[in-house]
Amino acid sequence: MHLTKEEEKMLDGKEGYAVKKSMEILVALGDIYGAESLISVGSVQVAGVSYHNLGDAGLEYLNELARDGKVKVLTTLNPAGMDLEDWKKLGISEEFAEKQNLVIDAFRKMGIIISCTCTPYLIGSLPTYGEHVAWSESSAVTFANSIIGAKTNREGGPSALAAAFVGKTPSYGLHLEENRVPDAHVDVRVNLKKLSDWGALGYCIGKKAGNKIPYITGIKAADLDELKSFCASVVTYGSKPLFFMKGITPGSEKHQLPKEKIIIEDGDIKEAYESINDDVDAIDFVCVGCPHCSIKEVAEVARLLKNRRVSLNTEFWVATSRSMKQLADERGYTKIIEDAGGKVVCDTCMAVAPLKGRFKSVATTSAKGCYYSRHNDMKTKLGSLEKCIEVAVRGKWS
Amino acid sequence: MELKGRIIFKGVAEGEALTTSQPISFYGGVDPDTGVIIEKGHELEGKEVKGKILVFPNGKGSTVGSYTLYRMKKNDTAPVGIINKECETVVAVGVIISDIPCIDKIDISKIETGDIVKLENDMVRTRK
Repeated sequence: MHLTKEEEKMLDGKEGYAVKKSMEILVALGDIYGAESLISVGSVQVAGVSYHNLGDAGLEYLNELARDGKVKVLTTLNPAGMDLEDWKKLGISEEFAEKQNLVIDAFRKMGIIISCTCTPYLIGSLPTYGEHVAWSESSAVTFANSIIGAKTNREGGPSALAAAFVGKTPSYGLHLEENRVPDAHVDVRVNLKKLSDWGALGYCIGKKAGNKIPYITGIKAADLDELKSFCASVVTYGSKPLFFMKGITPGSEKHQLPKEKIIIEDGDIKEAYESINDDVDAIDFVCVGCPHCSIKEVAEVARLLKNRRVSLNTEFWVATSRSMKQLADERGYTKIIEDAGGKVVCDTCMAVAPLKGRFKSVATTSAKGCYYSRHNDMKTKLGSLEKCIEVAVRGKWS
Repeated sequence: MELKGRIIFKGVAEGEALTTSQPISFYGGVDPDTGVIIEKGHELEGKEVKGKILVFPNGKGSTVGSYTLYRMKKNDTAPVGIINKECETVVAVGVIISDIPCIDKIDISKIETGDIVKLENDMVRTRK
């Protein structure tokens, strides 16, 4: 890979330890994938924030970088393992909270915005069409590539941090136009009625298109929350963090329809629900907000939950970013949800909080959430927002 | 025998080879506290990687695996060197942040478990 004089200096350690280590990572990745050069990125989203996944060694690594590392571009953070302000209400141990706070301190010292959300595009890190960014968090990567038309690979925690300290990333993979060409035509012949249907559709396309880049037709209309849910699901159950959706993805009109055709019909959606839904009725955990709720979704929860009461046998979470919660506080939505016995949970989510062993079964609007909950040994139920609220109130699915 | 490859992380390391033809997932597939491979059904399941030259085709699985390698290095349970057929990002980033010498583009079928292997920059030297 060709390096400029300035980049050579960074690799030699002239800008300190964090930049040197970062350049070593970026150069190795560039060489592995045959990148010709480094390119500037407009923003970075860093994953690997939960102490649950990092452990003491990960914390130590972050502390070493934080000694002299300062980010060069707008850098935001993925969810942590707990609500940073109100972790006690989530049943988090003192010991975990202490370690998690040390992780956050290290990121803060690096100059990173402590956003702790998987939806950076909702809280002020919104790339433009064609802009190169270096994001981790697969749902956000898919959203950036496919809904906005920005360009990013699916970064891991350390490679995203490296890009932040250098302000650049090697130009390979989805940064190059030649690799952003759809190779499977997915024709959706389904009438999608509720939010969870979009997760089920993501499951179908993820499984059927596998490692292909889908060109999706047949979607008549889609709002932000539906697209956010679809992005999370399709990449969780498939692999490539890029699709083209006719009429939605900017620039999709310049591509020809791929020859390979996959058809999604009502039966496929039904099968997705059957595969995701376990045989369980008592529900002790209901969670909406995977990806984190938009303010519109929080408002909808408050409307449905007003003057009702969450079952004493059930824990109910509305997971969102702290920025959305501030808006929800101002509108009174938080109070409505809390008065009903629910919790507006910030900075964390059902995928990264240490939930193993705490709940037996979960009902959620999120197909991605079901995938990760099974890793936490929970039985899973996927349903509409209305259904999930009913379940929270009744404490059971039926 | 001498084999020439591509440097992923430069350095010198020597040890006994532990070889598999199956990809390895460090996150969830290896216990960072013991250095034992725990992936169910893996041909190295139950084997300890500590102090070995670990030879496998490529990494797989979650990007958190890079941090797992780093945890192993700090816990003194990591392999002393890694040889891959085709290194991917999880292992590449893992060896760089952990300072573990690593070479790829090697015909790993030529290295057997128990061989004494020395990594030196882009060269692999093996003896029985």
